[in-house]
Amino acid sequence: MSEVAEVRGNRVALEGNEAVAEAMRQINPDVVAAYPITPSTEIVQTFAQFVADGEVDTNFVAVESEHSAMSACLAAAVAGGRVMNATSANGLALMWEILYIVSSLRQPVILTVVNRALSGNINIHCDHSDTMGARDAGWVQLYAEDVQEAYDNLIQAVCIGENMDVRLPVMSCLDGFILSHSYELLTVEPDEEVQEFVGPYKPDNPMLDIENPKTFGPLDLYDYYFEHKRSQMEAYPAAKQAIIDEGKRFGEAFGREYGLLEEFMLDDAEFAVVAMGSTCGMIRDVVEDLREKGVKAGMLKLRAFRPFPAEEVAAALDGCGAIAVLDRAASFGAHAGPLYAEVTSALYSYGKQIPVNNYIYGLGGREILPDHLQQVYGDLQQLADAGQPAEPVSFLGLRE
Amino acid sequence: MSKVYPPDAKWYEMARGGIIPQAGNAAEYSVGGWRNEHPVRDDECCIDCLFCWVYCPDEAVRVKDESVKYQGFSPDHCKGCHICAHVCPKDCITMVPGPDFQPDEPGQSEEE
Ligand code: SF4
Ligand code: SF4
Repeated sequence: MSEVAEVRGNRVALEGNEAVAEAMRQINPDVVAAYPITPSTEIVQTFAQFVADGEVDTNFVAVESEHSAMSACLAAAVAGGRVMNATSANGLALMWEILYIVSSLRQPVILTVVNRALSGNINIHCDHSDTMGARDAGWVQLYAEDVQEAYDNLIQAVCIGENMDVRLPVMSCLDGFILSHSYELLTVEPDEEVQEFVGPYKPDNPMLDIENPKTFGPLDLYDYYFEHKRSQMEAYPAAKQAIIDEGKRFGEAFGREYGLLEEFMLDDAEFAVVAMGSTCGMIRDVVEDLREKGVKAGMLKLRAFRPFPAEEVAAALDGCGAIAVLDRAASFGAHAGPLYAEVTSALYSYGKQIPVNNYIYGLGGREILPDHLQQVYGDLQQLADAGQPAEPVSFLGLRE
Repeated sequence: MSKVYPPDAKWYEMARGGIIPQAGNAAEYSVGGWRNEHPVRDDECCIDCLFCWVYCPDEAVRVKDESVKYQGFSPDHCKGCHICAHVCPKDCITMVPGPDFQPDEPGQSEEE
């Protein structure tokens, strides 16, 4: 996140989950249909209390599974409402079928995903296997580095998804436990200002417009489906622009500006690490430490993974001597992790011949420590000399 | 009702989200090309019980004044599924190989 320009709003200590619930309260959506799952349970639990206490006008639908939760969200969105939800890991997996339908029907449902490892075996701790698996489902994906950003991202997510050129669902992701259950001092903006920033919901072809009946989700075979998918693809460049625009507008309104990605000491960096989520906070410390020792280290933090800002990533990394990409998920059967595949493909597509290492780390909540990151930057000198990685994938914090 | 999207409609000419800005338009969508057999009814045998009309999943059995006799089938909507032949209590309907209804076949009306 950007530096807090001035102390404004309400400085409070909240857990990530509470901060997300607080943003939902301020956004005051029409419908929330949810089913609880660790570590996101607290979001929906806290929000349900807001509903019970009459602090929001939301119609809260308690359903019997995540498949039903996302189905109810889809229906409410198609009907013409502003819809939000929260889930994690296996809950997201159970929504899978409907995720694609929500994005295909271009409904801006806003889903907070508290990142957690997918089973099996059963693990409730953080990694990105859940949302990385859903990366082709057509949802915009934003990843938060800290609790402030999780709060800020959710507010912007509403405006990004509902942008009339975009109309896509958005996943606002934060790392399970590391952010969801950690108290952090953050600025919660005044209710009226958040409401003003988000604005009233503008439905697009709502089903409840009964004067103008339409057909939603019809049979769509070889004769039209391809055209519909091509038309859906058009929304992602628009989403990229909306992420930039809303990040700027957010900065103007609240003093914290955001973009597709954030470059940290990258301008003159020889060695760059690319990462997403809470780990970026620790990387900053390590970069500062290395800079003091005269190592030209830098970091590229990806805030938006979908749409993937390929051109911007290639431009940001241009001039680096060697790069490391940190993946908090395995892509089974792929030659490397999912973020590595995207970053190297971006570099290749834009003609940047820079050697890149891949590290898989933190699966199932395995700790990542500054020493690991020191090792990553240390390896980059060798990589720059060698010109290409000896092995594309290494592991951090694994017993081997 | 007019067809909203002609078969040559380009991707950028269609409404967002794959919706059709019109309701109840299944009748305009031809599925006749799916058929590789077609039903032929013996109108002399038919007792106008309307079972075939009720059971046809595609409303392809034409009816007029509560009678299907001499009314034929809709070539745009019959998928050749055999259901009408199967439910007919008098076994008046035979499934004939080939997709095309012939004007001289019994059970076919002249009009489209
Ligand atoms: S074959 Fe099937 S679709 Fe065709 S008229 Fe009979 S029941 Fe209807
Ligand atoms: S089911 Fe047979 S007898 Fe009954 S209306 Fe149809 S063709 Fe005639």
